[in-house]
Amino acid sequence: MEAQLSVRAILLLSLLPLLSLLARSSSVSHDIQIVNAERRIDLTSHIVKVFLTLKVENIGSSPVSDIYLAFPPTQVDHLALVKAAATVGKRKKKSYLPLGVNPTELPDAPNGTKYFSVSLVNPLSAGETLTIEVLYILTHSLEPFPVEISQSESQLVYYHDSAIILSPYDIKKQTTFLKTPSTKLESFTKVEPTNRAGTELKYGPYENQSPHSFSPVIVHFENNNPFAVVEELVREVEISHWGNLQITEHYKLMHAGARHKGVFSRVEYQSKPSFSGVSSFKNLLARLPPGVHSAYYRDEIGNISSSHLRTDPWKSELEIEPRYPLFGGWKSTFIIGYGLPLQDFLFESPDGRRYLNFSFGCPLVETVADKLTIKVVLPEGSKDPSAVVPFPVEQHLETKYSYLDIVGRTVVVLEKRNVVPEHNSPFQVYYTFNQVFMLAEPLMLASVFFFLFVTYVAYLHIDLSIRK
Amino acid sequence: MAASETSNGTALRYAFGNVLSFFILLLIGVLAFSIRLFSVIKYESVIHEFDPYFNYRVTQYLTKNGIYDFWNWFDDRTWYPLGRVIGGTVYPGLTLTAGTLYWILNSLNIPLSVETVCVFTAPIFSAFASWATYLLTKEVKGAGAGLTAAVLLAMVPSYISRSVAGSYDNEAVAIFALIFTFFLYIKTLNTGSLFYATLNAIAYFYMVCSWGGYTFIINLIPMHVLLCIVTGRYSSRLYIAYAPLVVLGTLLASLVPVVGFNAVLTSEHFGSFLVFIIIHVVALVYYIKGILSPKMFKVAVTLVVSIGLVVCCAVIAVLVALVASSPTKGWSGRSLSLLDPTYASKYIPIIASVSEHQPPTWPSYFMDINVLAFLVPAGIIACFSPLSDASSFVVLYIVTSVYFSGVMVRLMLVLAPAACIMSGIALSASFDVFTRSIKFQLPGVKGNSQVDAGDTSSEGVVAQNEVAKTYKNEEALKERPSKKNRKKEKEHVEKPSVKAQIKKRLLVLPFEASIIAILLLVLLGAFYVVHSVWAAAEAYSAPSIVLTSYSHDGLHVFDDFREAYSWLSHNTEVDDKVASWWDYGYQTTAMANRTVIVDNNTWNNTHIATVGTAMSSPEKAAWEIFDSLDVKYVLVVFGGLVGYPSDDINKFLWMVRIGGGVFPHIKEPDYLRDGQYRIDSQATPTMLNCLMYKLSYYRFVETDGKAFDRVRRTEIGKKHFKLTHFEEVFTTHHWMVRIYKLKPQKNRIRGKAKKSRSKASSTTSTKRSETQRKNPWH
Repeated sequence: MEAQLSVRAILLLSLLPLLSLLARSSSVSHDIQIVNAERRIDLTSHIVKVFLTLKVENIGSSPVSDIYLAFPPTQVDHLALVKAAATVGKRKKKSYLPLGVNPTELPDAPNGTKYFSVSLVNPLSAGETLTIEVLYILTHSLEPFPVEISQSESQLVYYHDSAIILSPYDIKKQTTFLKTPSTKLESFTKVEPTNRAGTELKYGPYENQSPHSFSPVIVHFENNNPFAVVEELVREVEISHWGNLQITEHYKLMHAGARHKGVFSRVEYQSKPSFSGVSSFKNLLARLPPGVHSAYYRDEIGNISSSHLRTDPWKSELEIEPRYPLFGGWKSTFIIGYGLPLQDFLFESPDGRRYLNFSFGCPLVETVADKLTIKVVLPEGSKDPSAVVPFPVEQHLETKYSYLDIVGRTVVVLEKRNVVPEHNSPFQVYYTFNQVFMLAEPLMLASVFFFLFVTYVAYLHIDLSIRK
Repeated sequence: MAASETSNGTALRYAFGNVLSFFILLLIGVLAFSIRLFSVIKYESVIHEFDPYFNYRVTQYLTKNGIYDFWNWFDDRTWYPLGRVIGGTVYPGLTLTAGTLYWILNSLNIPLSVETVCVFTAPIFSAFASWATYLLTKEVKGAGAGLTAAVLLAMVPSYISRSVAGSYDNEAVAIFALIFTFFLYIKTLNTGSLFYATLNAIAYFYMVCSWGGYTFIINLIPMHVLLCIVTGRYSSRLYIAYAPLVVLGTLLASLVPVVGFNAVLTSEHFGSFLVFIIIHVVALVYYIKGILSPKMFKVAVTLVVSIGLVVCCAVIAVLVALVASSPTKGWSGRSLSLLDPTYASKYIPIIASVSEHQPPTWPSYFMDINVLAFLVPAGIIACFSPLSDASSFVVLYIVTSVYFSGVMVRLMLVLAPAACIMSGIALSASFDVFTRSIKFQLPGVKGNSQVDAGDTSSEGVVAQNEVAKTYKNEEALKERPSKKNRKKEKEHVEKPSVKAQIKKRLLVLPFEASIIAILLLVLLGAFYVVHSVWAAAEAYSAPSIVLTSYSHDGLHVFDDFREAYSWLSHNTEVDDKVASWWDYGYQTTAMANRTVIVDNNTWNNTHIATVGTAMSSPEKAAWEIFDSLDVKYVLVVFGGLVGYPSDDINKFLWMVRIGGGVFPHIKEPDYLRDGQYRIDSQATPTMLNCLMYKLSYYRFVETDGKAFDRVRRTEIGKKHFKLTHFEEVFTTHHWMVRIYKLKPQKNRIRGKAKKSRSKASSTTSTKRSETQRKNPWH
C-alpha cells in the first residue's frame, strides 16, 4: 500500500517540472533570487536532517520581508520541524539570528506545493544579500525496500527527493550533498553531474534553475540504524508542592524499519551478532534531567529488570532494554517513571504566579514520537493555568482525581504530532496557587480520625439496652 | 471502703489490660501483614504463580465491566473452541472482595491499580485471619491463649506460603473465612444467641463464595454436633448453633452459582443433613422428657424407638437412593482422593499430576508448621482440662485436619490454624503454670498470692509474655460492675474456668524448674520466629514467574516468561490461538491476552488429552491436531540451557499419560526405554520424534556444540534435525520459553488434491512447488 502510494507520488513529482513551466507562480515576489544554495541531507539515522544554506539577493526595487521555502506535499506530511536563522556578521564574528518560520498558503501553488515563510527581522532592501540557514527535519521518509527482510539480511531503504531544490525563486547555483550511513549504496538516480565519494553523494552543481524546478531522485542504500519510533507517548508531570515532581511516561514503541519476516532464531542472534539482526535494536537511551530519583521501568505485567541508571550532577542517563530485541515491525510498550526535586523546575514569576519549566519532547535519544501528549497535573486548588510552548501545540484542560482529592486537579494537556529530538526545548506552564490548599488533605485526614474517635467515645457512653 | 478500692484497682488494671491487648492485636496485624511483604521487597509487586493470574484477570474484568457482566461472563479466550462460563464456574469470593476493596479505594480517590489491590489482598486478609484466630481461641481458652495463637498464626509458614503479597488465590481469604466461621460457631455455642447464629450462616456463605474447602466446615461442624450429642452434651445452645447454620447456610450456599444445587445434591453435604435430622430427634426427646413424668417417659421411649427404627430405615433408604442418583454419583474426584489417597493416581492422572495434590512428606510438616507440631499434643491435653463444648471442637478440628493434610499437601493450610490454636493454648497454659509457680514461691508476694494469686502475677508476666496478663482480664471481666461489661460479657457466665483455675493454683512446680522451663519455651518461640521469617523471606516469596540466581558476578535475573508473554501480546494478532501445556494457560490469557486451548482450570480432560496427544505425536500428526484447533502458535517451556527443572520435558510423561488416557494410540511404554524416562541416545525413537522433543531441542546443539541438557544432565539423543511443519518465531533470552508458529499448509493444485495426498512422495511435492512458482495464481 505504501509502496503504491510512493510510486504515485513519484509519478506526480516527475510531472511537476513540466507543470511548473506552464503555471508560473505569480504571487511570490520575483524580486528575490537565490545566488547560491547548498543543501546537505543527513541520512545516517532514520530521522532525515536537511541543512539548507541559501544566499538570497533582492534584485527588485522594494524591500522584501518574507522569504518563502517550498516543499513538495509528500514531504510536508513528514516535516517535523523547520528552523531558520540569518547569518549576521563577518567570517570570524559570525552569529546566527533565529528567524520566525510559519506555514503559509499561497494562491496557485503548483501541484499542492506547500510553503513556509521565513520572516526576516529587517526587511531585505533592494540590492542587498543575506545568508539564511535553514534546518528541516523529516520523519518516516526512509522507505524500507525490500519491505520485509529476514533475520540475516541488512536493511535497505529508499530516500525520495529532488536533485534540484524546490523553490519559488530562481536559483543561480546549487549543490546537494547526501550523507549515507555506510558506503553500501545499492543504486541512485543520476542527474548529471552526480558524484559519489565514500558515504557522500553529490548532486550538482546545477546552474540557473527556474522556480519550481523539480527532478526526482531515488537513493537506495543500507541503513541499519535503529528505526525506533514511539507511536504514542504520554508524559504525565505531576506537581506536588511538598517538594516533588513525579514524571510518568507511557511508551508505545515500534521498530518502523523493514518488517521482520519468518524465523527468529535466538541461537543465530546470540552467536553471530555482527550479521544477524543488524537492523534490530535491543536497548535505548533516555536522557533525563539531573537529580532523578526513584526511577522505575516497567510494563503492564511488571518490572523490567534490564535497565541501568547513571546519574551525575549534570545529567541522568537511563539505559533501558525492552523485554526482547525489537525487529522490524515488532512492538513493545513500557512505562518509565521518576521523581525530580521540585525546586529545579518550579519557579515564581515576578507577577506572583508560579510556573513550571520543563522540557518538551521525548527523552529517548534518536527517536521519533508520532504523537506526544504532555499532561501537567497541577496541584489541587490551582487556578488560571496557561502554557507557553515555543512551537504550535494543541492544548486543552482536563480534571484528574488523585489521592483523596475532592475538587480534582487541573491538568494542562499539550498534544503534538511528529516530535523529534530537536523539540526538546523548555516550555512553561503558569498557574496561581494558594499555599493553604496544601494543608487541605492532612487536615481532612486528621478530622476524619478525630471524628472517628469522638464517635467511639460517644458510643462507649451510650446505653442502648432495652432492659434496665 | 476497701472493697470499692480493690474494685477500682481491678477496673483500672482491667482497662489497662484491654488497651494493651488491643495494641498487641494491632501489632499482630501489622506483623502478619508485613512478614508477607518479603516478596514485594525482594522481587516486585507482582502477581505470583499460575492461578492468581486467573483471579487477577477476573478481577480486572469485574472492575471494568461491573458485577452483572461478571456473572454472565462467557470467556472465549480460553478452552478454545469451547470457551468457559466464568461467572458460573468460579468461586467469586476473592474476586468480589478485591473488587470491593478497589471500588472503595477509588471512590475515596485513592487511585491504586487493580494489580496493587490484588497483590495486597492476601496480606490484609492474613491480618484479619490472625484476629479471627484470637477471637476463636479466646472463646475456647481465654484471651491469653487467643493472643498467643494469633501471634503464631500471623507467621505460620504454611499459611505464609499461600498468602504472601502477590499470591492472590482463594486460600488467601478463605482461611480467614474458615476461622471466622468457626469462631462464630463457637460463639453461638457459648452464648446460644441467634444473632451470632445468623452471623455464622453469613460467614459460612462468605466461605462458600471463597473456596471449595467450605465442605470441610459443613462436615466438621456436624461431626462436632454429633460428638456433643453422643457424649451427652446436648443443649439448646447446640441446637441454636447448628440448626440455623444448616438451613440458612444451605440456602445461601446454593445462591453461589458454582455451588448451586450441589449444596443439596452432592454427598459432601449429606452428613450435615443427617445430623440436622438427628439433632431434631434429640431435641424432641429432650422436650418430651421435660414434659413427661419419668414413668411415662419410659413408655414413650419404647413406643418411639420401635416407630423410630422404621422411620430411620426409610430415611436411610431415601438417602442412599439420593446418593446413587446424584449427578456426580456421590463424591467429586478431589473429595474422593481425600478419603482414599490412592484414588486419584489410580484413576485421574490430571489430579495426580498436580504437585500440590500429592501427599506431603515428613519434612514438609516441619517446614510448614515447625515447632507447632510438638506443641499440638500439649494443646490437646490442655483442651481436656476441662473439656468444654468449645475445646472439644478444636480437638476435633485438629484431628480431622491432621488426617486431611496427610492426604494432600495443599490441605496443610487447613491444619495450620488448628495447629496454631492448639499451640497457643499449650503455650499459654504452660506459661500460666510456670509463672504462677514462680509467683507462689517468690518471698515478697507469698502472703498475698494466697488471696489473689492471679492478679499479683500480672506485672511479672507482662514482661515475659502477654499471655498470663490477659488471662487475668478474663477473670476480672466477670467482676466488673459496669453495664458495658454486663452487656457484652454475660455470655461468659457459662465458662467453666473459675473452678479450673482454683485447681490450677494448687499446681506448683519448683522455682528453678519453672524458670528453666520458661526460658526453654521462650527459646522454642524464638526458634519458631526465626524459622518463620526465614521461610517467608527465602522459601515462599519467589513469584515463580521471575527467577533469580546468585552467581559469582552477582544477582542474575531470569525473566523469560514475561519476555515471551510480552512478545506474544505485542507481536501477534489479537485472535491468534496459542497452544501450550495447561500449566501456562492462565498466564498466557492474563499476561499475553491470547486465546489458549487449555488452562489450569482442568475441567475438560479430553481437551487436555488432545493437547497432550499433539505434544506426544510426531510433527505431522501434531500439526494436524493443532491445525484442527486453529492454533497458530505453540509455546513450550525448556529449561535445558539454564537448568530450570520444571520445564515441559520433565512434565512430558504426564502429557503422554493424560493423552493416552483418552487416545489409546499414545502408549506410555513407547516413550520409555526399559521403564526409564530418558532423552539421551538411549531414548526410544518415538520419544526422539515427538513434537515436544523437537520443539524443545530444535537447534539446541548450536549453543554449545554438544547439546548438553543441564536439567537432565546428559547429552540429548538426536541433535541435528529440521522442522517441516513448524517454524521458530521467538525464543527468549535464556531459551526458557520457545514459541513456534504453524507453517501454513502448502497450496494445493486444483484437481490433483486427492491424488497428491494419497502418494505424498518427495517428487510430487517438489513438482507441486515448481508449478506453484511458475504460476502462483492457479
